[in-house]
Amino acid sequence: MANKQFDNHLGIVGWLGGGRWGVERYLYILHRLTGLGLLLFLLMHIFASSVRMYGPESWGVAMAILKNPVFKLGEFCVFVIFAFHALNGIRLIFIELGLAVGRAEEPVYPYKSSLNNQRPLMVVAMVLVAILIVAGGYNTFFGSH
Amino acid sequence: MKETAYWTWFIIAGIVILVIAGLHMVVMHLPMFGVFNPESGAVTDWGNVAFRSQNQFLAFTYIILLGAVLYHGFYGLRTIVFELGPKKSFQDGFTVILWIVGLVLFGIGTYAAIAAKALETAL
Repeated sequence: MANKQFDNHLGIVGWLGGGRWGVERYLYILHRLTGLGLLLFLLMHIFASSVRMYGPESWGVAMAILKNPVFKLGEFCVFVIFAFHALNGIRLIFIELGLAVGRAEEPVYPYKSSLNNQRPLMVVAMVLVAILIVAGGYNTFFGSH
Repeated sequence: MKETAYWTWFIIAGIVILVIAGLHMVVMHLPMFGVFNPESGAVTDWGNVAFRSQNQFLAFTYIILLGAVLYHGFYGLRTIVFELGPKKSFQDGFTVILWIVGLVLFGIGTYAAIAAKALETAL
Protein backbone atom coordinates (compact mmCIF):
# COMPACT_ATOMS: atom_id res chain seq x y z
CA MET A 1 0.00 0.00 0.00
CA ALA A 2 3.04 2.26 0.19
CA ASN A 3 2.76 5.49 -1.72
CA LYS A 4 5.30 6.21 -4.50
CA GLN A 5 6.09 9.67 -3.17
CA PHE A 6 6.60 8.63 0.46
CA ASP A 7 7.62 5.04 1.02
CA ASN A 8 6.37 5.15 4.62
CA HIS A 9 2.98 6.54 3.64
CA LEU A 10 0.20 4.01 4.17
CA GLY A 11 -2.88 6.21 3.67
CA ILE A 12 -6.21 5.14 5.19
CA VAL A 13 -4.94 1.61 5.89
CA GLY A 14 -2.04 2.99 7.91
CA TRP A 15 -4.36 5.38 9.66
CA LEU A 16 -6.71 2.64 10.81
CA GLY A 17 -4.23 -0.15 11.43
CA GLY A 18 -2.43 -0.09 14.76
CA GLY A 19 -0.18 -3.03 13.97
CA ARG A 20 1.84 -4.08 17.00
CA TRP A 21 2.14 -0.62 18.48
CA GLY A 22 0.23 -1.39 21.64
CA VAL A 23 -3.05 -0.25 23.09
CA GLU A 24 -2.13 3.47 22.99
CA ARG A 25 -1.97 3.31 19.19
CA TYR A 26 -5.51 1.95 19.08
CA LEU A 27 -6.67 4.63 21.51
CA TYR A 28 -5.17 7.16 19.08
CA ILE A 29 -7.32 5.72 16.27
CA LEU A 30 -10.37 5.68 18.52
CA HIS A 31 -9.68 9.26 19.58
CA ARG A 32 -9.84 10.40 15.98
CA LEU A 33 -12.93 8.36 15.13
CA THR A 34 -14.75 9.68 18.20
CA GLY A 35 -13.62 13.20 17.27
CA LEU A 36 -15.20 12.84 13.83
CA GLY A 37 -18.36 11.46 15.45
CA LEU A 38 -18.54 14.41 17.84
CA LEU A 39 -18.03 16.85 14.97
CA LEU A 40 -20.93 15.27 13.08
CA PHE A 41 -23.10 15.43 16.21
CA LEU A 42 -22.16 19.07 16.76
CA LEU A 43 -23.27 20.07 13.27
CA MET A 44 -26.68 18.45 13.87
CA HIS A 45 -26.86 19.91 17.39
CA ILE A 46 -26.30 23.47 16.16
CA PHE A 47 -29.31 23.22 13.84
CA ALA A 48 -31.51 21.27 16.28
CA SER A 49 -30.94 23.67 19.17
CA SER A 50 -31.31 26.72 16.90
CA VAL A 51 -34.98 25.76 16.41
CA ARG A 52 -35.73 27.51 19.72
CA MET A 53 -35.47 30.90 18.04
CA TYR A 54 -38.67 30.08 16.07
CA GLY A 55 -40.71 29.85 19.27
CA PRO A 56 -42.45 27.21 21.41
CA GLU A 57 -44.48 25.51 18.64
CA SER A 58 -41.42 24.73 16.52
CA TRP A 59 -39.48 23.72 19.61
CA GLY A 60 -42.29 21.35 20.65
CA VAL A 61 -42.28 19.69 17.22
CA ALA A 62 -38.50 19.22 17.35
CA MET A 63 -38.62 17.79 20.89
CA ALA A 64 -41.44 15.39 19.92
CA ILE A 65 -39.15 13.97 17.22
CA LEU A 66 -36.18 13.76 19.60
CA LYS A 67 -38.23 11.84 22.21
CA ASN A 68 -37.99 8.79 19.96
CA PRO A 69 -36.07 5.95 21.76
CA VAL A 70 -33.59 5.85 18.88
CA PHE A 71 -32.49 9.38 19.78
CA LYS A 72 -32.30 8.41 23.46
CA LEU A 73 -29.85 5.69 22.53
CA GLY A 74 -28.05 8.14 20.26
CA GLU A 75 -27.77 10.60 23.16
CA PHE A 76 -26.12 7.90 25.27
CA CYS A 77 -23.72 7.05 22.42
CA VAL A 78 -22.75 10.73 22.17
CA PHE A 79 -22.09 10.78 25.91
CA VAL A 80 -19.92 7.65 25.65
CA ILE A 81 -17.78 9.07 22.86
CA PHE A 82 -17.61 12.45 24.59
CA ALA A 83 -16.41 10.84 27.85
CA PHE A 84 -13.77 8.84 26.00
CA HIS A 85 -12.61 11.73 23.81
CA ALA A 86 -12.41 14.16 26.76
CA LEU A 87 -10.45 11.92 29.13
CA ASN A 88 -8.21 10.49 26.43
CA GLY A 89 -7.64 14.07 25.28
CA ILE A 90 -6.50 15.06 28.80
CA ARG A 91 -4.13 12.08 28.74
CA LEU A 92 -2.72 13.21 25.39
CA ILE A 93 -2.22 16.78 26.65
CA PHE A 94 -0.32 15.42 29.66
CA ILE A 95 1.93 13.42 27.36
CA GLU A 96 2.41 16.32 24.92
CA LEU A 97 3.55 18.46 27.84
CA GLY A 98 6.00 15.76 28.91
CA LEU A 99 4.08 14.85 32.04
CA ALA A 100 3.66 11.22 33.13
CA VAL A 101 6.19 9.93 30.59
CA GLY A 102 9.05 9.43 33.04
CA ARG A 103 12.47 11.05 33.09
CA ALA A 104 14.89 10.92 30.20
CA GLU A 105 17.47 8.15 30.69
CA GLU A 106 20.66 6.89 29.06
CA PRO A 107 19.81 4.39 26.32
CA VAL A 108 21.32 1.38 28.06
CA TYR A 109 20.36 -2.09 26.83
CA PRO A 110 17.79 -3.55 27.50
CA TYR A 111 16.07 -0.32 26.44
CA LYS A 112 13.04 0.85 28.35
CA SER A 113 10.04 2.05 26.40
CA SER A 114 8.46 5.29 27.54
CA LEU A 115 5.15 3.53 26.89
CA ASN A 116 5.74 1.61 30.11
CA ASN A 117 5.86 4.91 31.98
CA GLN A 118 2.74 6.20 30.24
CA ARG A 119 0.65 3.11 30.79
CA PRO A 120 -0.59 3.84 34.34
CA LEU A 121 -1.98 7.16 33.08
CA MET A 122 -3.78 5.32 30.28
CA VAL A 123 -5.22 2.80 32.76
CA VAL A 124 -6.44 5.56 35.10
CA ALA A 125 -8.00 7.49 32.19
CA MET A 126 -9.82 4.42 30.87
CA VAL A 127 -11.11 3.46 34.33
CA LEU A 128 -12.51 6.99 34.68
CA VAL A 129 -14.09 6.67 31.23
CA ALA A 130 -15.76 3.41 32.31
CA ILE A 131 -17.08 5.02 35.52
CA LEU A 132 -18.45 7.99 33.57
CA ILE A 133 -20.11 5.69 31.03
CA VAL A 134 -21.87 3.72 33.77
CA ALA A 135 -22.99 6.93 35.55
CA GLY A 136 -24.09 8.50 32.26
CA GLY A 137 -25.99 5.37 31.25
CA TYR A 138 -27.82 5.34 34.56
CA ASN A 139 -28.65 9.03 34.20
CA THR A 140 -29.79 8.67 30.58
CA PHE A 141 -32.00 5.61 30.97
CA PHE A 142 -33.13 5.84 34.61
CA GLY A 143 -32.75 9.55 35.42
CA SER A 144 -35.74 11.74 36.19
CA HIS A 145 -35.27 14.20 33.28
CA MET B 1 5.17 29.17 13.44
CA LYS B 2 1.61 29.55 12.16
CA GLU B 3 1.06 25.80 12.57
CA THR B 4 2.34 25.96 16.15
CA ALA B 5 -0.12 28.78 16.87
CA TYR B 6 -2.96 26.76 15.29
CA TRP B 7 -1.99 23.76 17.45
CA THR B 8 -1.75 25.83 20.65
CA TRP B 9 -5.24 27.25 20.06
CA PHE B 10 -6.45 23.71 19.38
CA ILE B 11 -5.27 22.62 22.86
CA ILE B 12 -6.68 25.75 24.50
CA ALA B 13 -10.02 25.16 22.73
CA GLY B 14 -10.00 21.57 24.01
CA ILE B 15 -9.61 22.75 27.61
CA VAL B 16 -12.35 25.39 27.13
CA ILE B 17 -14.67 22.67 25.76
CA LEU B 18 -13.92 20.43 28.72
CA VAL B 19 -14.96 23.14 31.18
CA ILE B 20 -17.99 24.61 29.37
CA ALA B 21 -19.31 21.33 27.92
CA GLY B 22 -18.97 19.92 31.45
CA LEU B 23 -21.15 22.77 32.69
CA HIS B 24 -23.57 22.14 29.81
CA MET B 25 -23.81 18.46 30.82
CA VAL B 26 -24.54 19.41 34.43
CA VAL B 27 -27.23 21.90 33.38
CA MET B 28 -28.88 19.51 30.93
CA HIS B 29 -28.53 16.17 32.68
CA LEU B 30 -28.39 16.83 36.42
CA PRO B 31 -31.63 18.72 37.10
CA MET B 32 -30.96 18.67 40.87
CA PHE B 33 -28.82 21.72 40.08
CA GLY B 34 -32.07 23.49 39.29
CA VAL B 35 -30.80 27.05 39.20
CA PHE B 36 -30.86 27.03 35.40
CA ASN B 37 -34.12 25.06 35.16
CA PRO B 38 -36.60 26.86 37.42
CA GLU B 39 -39.76 25.36 35.86
CA SER B 40 -40.89 21.93 36.98
CA GLY B 41 -40.68 19.23 34.32
CA ALA B 42 -37.98 18.31 31.85
CA VAL B 43 -34.98 20.51 31.07
CA THR B 44 -36.18 20.61 27.45
CA ASP B 45 -39.63 21.96 28.41
CA TRP B 46 -40.23 25.36 26.83
CA GLY B 47 -40.27 27.29 30.11
CA ASN B 48 -36.78 26.05 31.02
CA VAL B 49 -35.47 26.52 27.47
CA ALA B 50 -36.75 30.12 27.37
CA PHE B 51 -35.28 30.82 30.81
CA ARG B 52 -31.85 29.52 29.80
CA SER B 53 -32.02 31.38 26.48
CA GLN B 54 -32.53 34.67 28.33
CA ASN B 55 -29.73 34.04 30.82
CA GLN B 56 -26.78 36.28 29.87
CA PHE B 57 -24.19 33.97 31.42
CA LEU B 58 -25.42 30.86 29.61
CA ALA B 59 -25.83 32.68 26.28
CA PHE B 60 -22.24 33.95 26.57
CA THR B 61 -20.78 30.57 27.55
CA TYR B 62 -22.68 28.82 24.73
CA ILE B 63 -21.25 31.21 22.15
CA ILE B 64 -17.72 30.64 23.53
CA LEU B 65 -18.38 26.88 23.52
CA LEU B 66 -19.62 27.03 19.93
CA GLY B 67 -16.47 28.82 18.78
CA ALA B 68 -14.19 26.48 20.71
CA VAL B 69 -15.91 23.33 19.46
CA LEU B 70 -15.93 24.47 15.83
CA TYR B 71 -12.24 25.40 15.96
CA HIS B 72 -11.21 22.22 17.79
CA GLY B 73 -13.33 19.97 15.56
CA PHE B 74 -12.30 21.50 12.25
CA TYR B 75 -8.61 21.64 13.22
CA GLY B 76 -8.85 17.96 14.15
CA LEU B 77 -10.51 17.15 10.82
CA ARG B 78 -7.82 19.15 9.01
CA THR B 79 -5.05 17.25 10.80
CA ILE B 80 -6.59 13.89 9.90
CA VAL B 81 -6.97 14.87 6.24
CA PHE B 82 -3.45 16.31 6.04
CA GLU B 83 -1.96 13.09 7.43
CA LEU B 84 -3.28 11.32 4.35
CA GLY B 85 -0.68 13.32 2.39
CA PRO B 86 -2.65 15.60 0.02
CA LYS B 87 -0.86 18.16 -2.16
CA LYS B 88 -0.01 21.59 -0.80
CA SER B 89 -2.59 23.27 -3.05
CA PHE B 90 -5.29 20.96 -1.66
CA GLN B 91 -4.16 21.68 1.90
CA ASP B 92 -4.39 25.43 1.36
CA GLY B 93 -7.84 25.20 -0.27
CA PHE B 94 -9.12 22.83 2.40
CA THR B 95 -7.96 25.19 5.15
CA VAL B 96 -9.80 28.12 3.52
CA ILE B 97 -12.99 26.03 3.13
CA LEU B 98 -12.88 24.98 6.78
CA TRP B 99 -12.48 28.60 7.88
CA ILE B 100 -15.46 29.67 5.77
CA VAL B 101 -17.72 26.80 6.87
CA GLY B 102 -16.67 27.29 10.50
CA LEU B 103 -17.39 31.02 10.43
CA VAL B 104 -20.79 30.46 8.77
CA LEU B 105 -21.77 27.87 11.39
CA PHE B 106 -20.51 30.15 14.15
CA GLY B 107 -22.66 32.94 12.70
CA ILE B 108 -25.77 30.72 12.61
CA GLY B 109 -25.28 29.47 16.17
CA THR B 110 -24.52 32.95 17.52
CA TYR B 111 -27.53 34.42 15.74
CA ALA B 112 -29.73 31.67 17.25
CA ALA B 113 -28.38 32.37 20.74
CA ILE B 114 -29.00 36.11 20.40
CA ALA B 115 -32.40 35.75 18.69
CA ALA B 116 -33.55 33.28 21.34
CA LYS B 117 -32.80 35.85 24.04
CA ALA B 118 -35.63 37.98 22.65
CA LEU B 119 -38.22 35.27 23.22
CA GLU B 120 -40.98 35.65 25.74
CA THR B 121 -40.33 33.63 28.85
CA ALA B 122 -43.20 31.19 28.68
CA LEU B 123 -46.41 30.28 27.01
